[in-house]
Amino acid sequence: MRHAETGFNLEIDLSRGSIERVATDPKLTELHLGGQGTAAKILWDRVPPEVEPFSPDNLLIFSAGSLISTPVPGANRTTVDTFSPQTNLYSHSLFGGFFGPELKHAGYDKIVIRGKASDLVYLWIHNDKVEIRDARHLQGKGALEAGEIIKEELKESEAQVAAIGLAGENRVYLSTIEHANSSASRGVGVIMGDKKLKAIAVRGTKDINVARPAELFELCNPMYQAIYDNPYCGDVFLHEDDEEWHVNNFAWGNARARQKGYWNKELEEKWTAISDSVRLRWTACYNCPKDCHQAISYPGRPTYFLKCYSKLTYAMAAYKELDFNYDILGVTQEYGLDGFSTPQLLAFAIELYEAGILTDKDLPEFPSDSGERFFYLVEKIVRREGVGDALANGVYHAARQIGKGAEEYDHNTMKKFEQVPLKLKMINYPYFLMYATGEKMCITQVEGSYPQAPIADKKEREAFVKNWDAAPEKFKKWFSEWEPRTHPSIEACVNITDWNETMHYIDDAIGTCAFLSSFRGQFGGRPPYHLYNLPNIISYATGMDIDTDSLWEIGRRNRTLVRALNIRRGLRRVDEKPPEDHWKIRDPEVETKLLDAYYEFKGWTNDGIPTKETLDKLGLDYVSEDFIERGILTDSEGASSKETSAKKD
Amino acid sequence: MTDGSEKRIVKEIKVDLDKCIGCRACEIACSAFHATPKYSSTNPARSRIRVVIDELNDCYVPIRAGDYTPAECTGRHSYTIEGKQYRQCSFCGVSCPSRDLFKEPDSGLPLKCDMCESDPPLEEPMCVQVCPHDALTYEETEEEGEEEETREEMEVGLETLAKRYGLQKIMDAVARMSKSKKD
Repeated sequence: MRHAETGFNLEIDLSRGSIERVATDPKLTELHLGGQGTAAKILWDRVPPEVEPFSPDNLLIFSAGSLISTPVPGANRTTVDTFSPQTNLYSHSLFGGFFGPELKHAGYDKIVIRGKASDLVYLWIHNDKVEIRDARHLQGKGALEAGEIIKEELKESEAQVAAIGLAGENRVYLSTIEHANSSASRGVGVIMGDKKLKAIAVRGTKDINVARPAELFELCNPMYQAIYDNPYCGDVFLHEDDEEWHVNNFAWGNARARQKGYWNKELEEKWTAISDSVRLRWTACYNCPKDCHQAISYPGRPTYFLKCYSKLTYAMAAYKELDFNYDILGVTQEYGLDGFSTPQLLAFAIELYEAGILTDKDLPEFPSDSGERFFYLVEKIVRREGVGDALANGVYHAARQIGKGAEEYDHNTMKKFEQVPLKLKMINYPYFLMYATGEKMCITQVEGSYPQAPIADKKEREAFVKNWDAAPEKFKKWFSEWEPRTHPSIEACVNITDWNETMHYIDDAIGTCAFLSSFRGQFGGRPPYHLYNLPNIISYATGMDIDTDSLWEIGRRNRTLVRALNIRRGLRRVDEKPPEDHWKIRDPEVETKLLDAYYEFKGWTNDGIPTKETLDKLGLDYVSEDFIERGILTDSEGASSKETSAKKD
Repeated sequence: MTDGSEKRIVKEIKVDLDKCIGCRACEIACSAFHATPKYSSTNPARSRIRVVIDELNDCYVPIRAGDYTPAECTGRHSYTIEGKQYRQCSFCGVSCPSRDLFKEPDSGLPLKCDMCESDPPLEEPMCVQVCPHDALTYEETEEEGEEEETREEMEVGLETLAKRYGLQKIMDAVARMSKSKKD
């Protein structure tokens, strides 16, 4: 019997209309743990680099992390993996809620979708019974609205639905996949739309078994209270009405400028009152005691769920206040638009208009108010109407399609993808590395374990380090020595980047939420899950024999395989640079040293390609063979330039 | 036993709908606790507590599996909450032929909450243990004179019946019932 995982994937070919239930190799779980890891393996095996993102041969993979539906609190994240038309690289996102658990109980770890339907369809998975159903009547329906209609027509109020909105249907590159209180962002919805798959509904009533039940339950049971009581995990920011940190530190408009001193007590009272008046309830994801999502009822809008920093992204991009954000989110989320990148795209379009690059011919009857302009542009983009057709391809492509100097206004993308709107003064070394080399496209999916800032007070710092159970010893030493206004050493930066990203690769394989683990250690240093308690949890659930070192090794393997996917599609060192103006003061010499050191530490060539030796050591021989066959690696690059100790303390 | 000082423990799970965050940890813990062997599997479909969730209408109602009934209700209520209509079945804990709720998914056998009776007894039922938000809380109260109360309750009912049908008719019915039971 398979433990924690179901041992089966669902293979759907929408071109042929075929449905298969396929047993999976448990050896792959041992190597990759599941989730994003095993999805990367499928993408490597079946989607060669010649396959265009909009080809029927591109795959869209939904993976329920391997610990989902075990008693482990907060393991509920579904990863979505594919190749993106925006970046032509690996595209990855995650969503919480209840979809992954339902999929596991229906008897599947993954849904692997190939091909394209001829008309809009949805998938209905009810345990062993799986159907591809007509969805033409759902065309143009909002994402959550479509879910409600599907549940109604199936007479299955307990089904869980993930759906795209109009944006996805029209192949807007910034499309999300929406489910209950969660969204998969970073553009994965565009591929779902390209495949003409409006939604997936799933209902499952099968058991999930774990290897060592009593031990696992005993470990997990006290965690509900511990996680609930832990002030350093969950979406701490969203629970605060004091928005000083966000409004003063993030850039407004098209990621342009900070407004220091914007925040005051009066505003806090006003915004708190607005939030209180529209919030129906704080809600949670499956099996998690943290309530990180708000059900919002804004006058004139359907009920929707607010999560994370999308509380302010539209308001700040439009130079508006909080009520505007609540209002527009009720529209954009039902259309299935990404709350991080869309606001920047809209602000970018306004800049083009004000610069005379876009004119009244492009934007007839363009309103004068920035908020009304946002609403206007959203309608154009989700329908790909007029200039909305170019804008729907995201800032990078739109700038080049529109031309006339629009490229100048594309200043906050990296690898053709919109980045978090942060404009800072002094270069931050570990952040330079995380931005440059991150394969998950958004800094929030890379940073997270090592604190962002040092602690000035020596006593406080000592106390922090003393109880820092999540950290390997060397990081405790580096943090103890870290004085304000100094940079960590290059060696420390490389290791910090490595630790931070590895934690995300672990989370995204097993399905634990980053708010309980990989993202939260940086604030307070007390994440409920870390390198030293996860091995036991994973062992008890899956039956795998795993310790801290072997867990790290799996994280490194998954990270390297994802790297390989992008290398095979052409990603190289030259692409690895944060937006030019992310920091005002840069240091090209140190930046070169940082990248050199990071690549060397990872066992990659100076161009960022994993060497044969590195790949073979991780059991990725098939990757090195492919690289050599394709001429990506030459035989002389077989050996890593200099072997660094990959072993941690 | 008839001196009226009998004491019994009444176990109660209190549900505060306003505090429920819809995480369904109660379902997971319940299904694990009642799995054989204990904790060996999870499956909300086997849980004896289910959270009825209607996200877009902000409706989160944990309900507990009650008794099995072989027949559906003959008449039903419907409830309107925030303008949306729900059937009585939506929030009903009875395991009955009209729906799949509170039945083993494989066998269809009815499920019933047993307040996690076990040896040694749990301090609180599992669902309450995993609910730090206190949407579910547990209370034990000592009540006196169980037998007495039951008799009284029955007497009240009998009196009503006697008023309606006359005492003789009821005695006849009781005689017939006890006879048919003997056969």
